[in-house]
Amino acid sequence: MTSSEKHAVARDAAKVMNRSALTRQVVAKLTHGEAVIGGIGHTNFDLWASGQRPQNFYMLGSMGLAIPIALGVATAQPQRQVVALEGDGSLLMQLGTLGTVAMRAPNNLLMIVWDNGVYQITGSQKTLTSHGVDLVAMARGAGLANSTWARDEAHFDALLEDALAGRGPAFIAARTDEAKPAGTTERDPVKIRMRFMEGIAG
Amino acid sequence: MSVQSPVKTWAEVIVQVLKDNHVKLVTYVPDNVLRPLIDALHADPYFTVICPAREEEAVGITTGAYMAGMRGITLMQTSGFATLPNALASLVRPYQLPLVMLISERGTLGDFQLGQAVVCRTMRPVLTSLNIEHFAIERLDDVEFVTDRMIKQAFSTLEPAAIILSPLLTKKSNTSH
Repeated sequence: MTSSEKHAVARDAAKVMNRSALTRQVVAKLTHGEAVIGGIGHTNFDLWASGQRPQNFYMLGSMGLAIPIALGVATAQPQRQVVALEGDGSLLMQLGTLGTVAMRAPNNLLMIVWDNGVYQITGSQKTLTSHGVDLVAMARGAGLANSTWARDEAHFDALLEDALAGRGPAFIAARTDEAKPAGTTERDPVKIRMRFMEGIAG
Repeated sequence: MSVQSPVKTWAEVIVQVLKDNHVKLVTYVPDNVLRPLIDALHADPYFTVICPAREEEAVGITTGAYMAGMRGITLMQTSGFATLPNALASLVRPYQLPLVMLISERGTLGDFQLGQAVVCRTMRPVLTSLNIEHFAIERLDDVEFVTDRMIKQAFSTLEPAAIILSPLLTKKSNTSH
């Protein structure tokens, strides 16, 4: 895939897909102990529902910090691929982190953003992406050249393959629907942390 | 006449204490008072130093690195601390993460910034309400003992800690900076 092909998809041209299905698509690609940080709300609910890998961290609060936490993991363990899953509302709350990731340019960090255009968990109030904010354009503007919209499920799959090869930070945005998450994360933060630390130890 | 070894500055002492405790990651949002420490950390290849856009990000990076096996510290000024209660209450506290913060105390003992002076009043009540260990260092003699012990306690008890640098340390003493 050439760079121009990857960047050809506009937000309006991206298919609206299902977050639970895409989350399972991500997890199916993870065969090398990749760490995954699931952002607040339905993002980590669907990660939980996709199977509780010990390398998953479910962030129950601290809205907006999934990418910073993932950057910390990626910094401490440069040999391990790290995936941050975030929602559009969460990323809008901490946009500066895109510039921080670009500055550090870790080879082992993939950021995936589910953009359904609403704060679904609080009653589907519209986020700024429903009013024209394009998170891929913002990521590219922050210096993350490898940033793109997923055109459809097959394209998302190809983008994942490319990003997990570890050639630099990658940013993938997918438009998602408002279907309910496939489960609810068990709310035991200490257990989550301990399991994650054991899962990515050494 | 014997030659006395020069007295170390507070910044030099902290650099050594961080190394002694294997604290390799430093995240910070800058402060003029912290400048000699920040400059020394950037100049020393032992440290990985990251300056993100906000203190919350710095907390996320430091705690993420801790879970992946790298010890870190987050530096900020008083006003930066005031942006952190949600991250402390919803990430650091419930997940039992030993976040070590180093805060330069602004807004007291002659600060000319009105905003700093008001926000300064919120720092200790917030630390107390979150039950976070905190101690203000006022004398150069205490820097090594307090920073070393607070870092060790944080990592051994999985508790956050706030090391506060008072203007009595950073502004008063001729040997402090």
